[in-house]
Amino acid sequence: MSITTLPLDVHAIRQDFPILSQKVHGKPFVFLDSGASAQKPKQVIEAMRFVMEEQYANVHRGLHYMSEKASDAYENVRDKVAELLNAGSREEIVFTRNATESINLVAYTWGRSTLKPGDAVAVSEMEHHANLVPWQMLRDAHGTELRIIKITDSGELDWNSLEEVFADGKVKLLALTHMSNVLGTYTPVERLAKFAHAHGARILLDGSQAIVHRAVDVRAIDADFYVFSGHKLYGPTGIGVLYAKADILEAMPPFMGGGDMIVSVSYQKSTWARPPHRFEAGTPAIIETIGLGAAIDYVRAIGFDAIAAHEQHLTEHALATLNQVEGLRILGSAQDRGGVFSFVMKDAHAHDIATLLDRQGIAVRAGHHCAEPLMGRLGVSSTARASLGLYTLPEEIDALATGLERVRKIFA
Amino acid sequence: MSDVLYQSVVLERSRNPRHAGRPVVFMAEGQSENRMCGDKVSVFLDGALLRHEALGCTILAASAELMCEAATGKTVDEIATLSDKFEHLLKTGQEIPELGELNALASIAQYPSRLRCATLPWSALRDALARAGSAGDSASG
Repeated sequence: MSITTLPLDVHAIRQDFPILSQKVHGKPFVFLDSGASAQKPKQVIEAMRFVMEEQYANVHRGLHYMSEKASDAYENVRDKVAELLNAGSREEIVFTRNATESINLVAYTWGRSTLKPGDAVAVSEMEHHANLVPWQMLRDAHGTELRIIKITDSGELDWNSLEEVFADGKVKLLALTHMSNVLGTYTPVERLAKFAHAHGARILLDGSQAIVHRAVDVRAIDADFYVFSGHKLYGPTGIGVLYAKADILEAMPPFMGGGDMIVSVSYQKSTWARPPHRFEAGTPAIIETIGLGAAIDYVRAIGFDAIAAHEQHLTEHALATLNQVEGLRILGSAQDRGGVFSFVMKDAHAHDIATLLDRQGIAVRAGHHCAEPLMGRLGVSSTARASLGLYTLPEEIDALATGLERVRKIFA
Repeated sequence: MSDVLYQSVVLERSRNPRHAGRPVVFMAEGQSENRMCGDKVSVFLDGALLRHEALGCTILAASAELMCEAATGKTVDEIATLSDKFEHLLKTGQEIPELGELNALASIAQYPSRLRCATLPWSALRDALARAGSAGDSASG
């Protein structure tokens, strides 16, 4: 594994991420927690600074120069997101706070207006709490059912279980992760969308992890809903995306009420704006949205082919390297997997692993990863997790393996 | 390496616990859980017996062990004083002679994210004492 074989000039890319040159506890900072939130390139930081210094006013309101500039910059990002996802139109892109809010929006508006008591929503055993709890809340408030599709021991969706869950025809929504934040498993989304549609159900995909690593084409997938957060895609926090097909959005009632989501308001009655503005009440996250636009420009300039090739290379290297650490067990072995590795070690608890690695400058996540039911399914209470980004170097995986060897020796 | 937290006392106590395991009969059980990580600990009181069941990291297990040892035979008031001093130790890193082996956890002060791991057994002990009944009872009966 030499650097020269990398599909990306990672060293040049790393120059764009100021935080990566820091030292932590006197050691080079090895950031392997991008799955929780990615670091930001200076292009994003600069775009946000620029809008505040030179182009800032509220959007969609002022008939003045600055408001028009800010509105244009803000709405321009909607086009960028539509292109990123290959959406049919810019009106299919709704800005939210994050993927969690996007799913809650769908559950609250589409769920309550379209689903009837007795209809079922199906999720898998490997969902983030964000794609589980909103459906539980809908169940409790609205009388829908929540069904759980099993996963196999390798961490892939169990197709037999999927068919069983759909057998009685009550499932009207299949809500699934596109890539597991714990196991790294990619789900076969095109096939799943076909399956859901053939059974009269809609499909919602949580793309929080997948959007970072692969080109996503919502039309090729035939996704009805697709959600992601900006902050995992090298953008800022506070900005997320809900994609939904135009006819679905058009039929959905508003989520929150307030300014910007109306056509007219009187004391007797208000009328709703058309999508996407119907779902964007109040002053939006203008600066963060523009930051997201810069992040999208950044990753698209590098190109998802190059990113995916680089991460594939890293993933293979990581699997080979980590599997050599004695007593370490990686959870999940899906055929189609990406750069998220959850692992446990004999005699060393995940938190002890994370603390000891941290002292060597290596940042990994430890805990249940907002997926408590999945931890139960895997028979563990918590795991340590390393997750990769486009700036990750093979040497950082090696540093992790060396760090884990030291952990092993302490607990041996 | 500079992993002062994982010194021999901590590792030894977590590996070879002397006070671990759920007794067949007990007077009261107290529990505490760290929702952030899923670690949980139960503390059991029965007469002179003080035992724990710690499901979690090394720091939690070692802290539960050291706590059981230090608190056995103490009155509720003495345990409260001990608990206060222990928390002071964890926050300042300044060793306090009367805490004895509990001082092995002094370096938690350098690892603020792990503070809760060390205090969790003490929360469970307080819970157990509250369930055991009126103030002034001796933990050791």
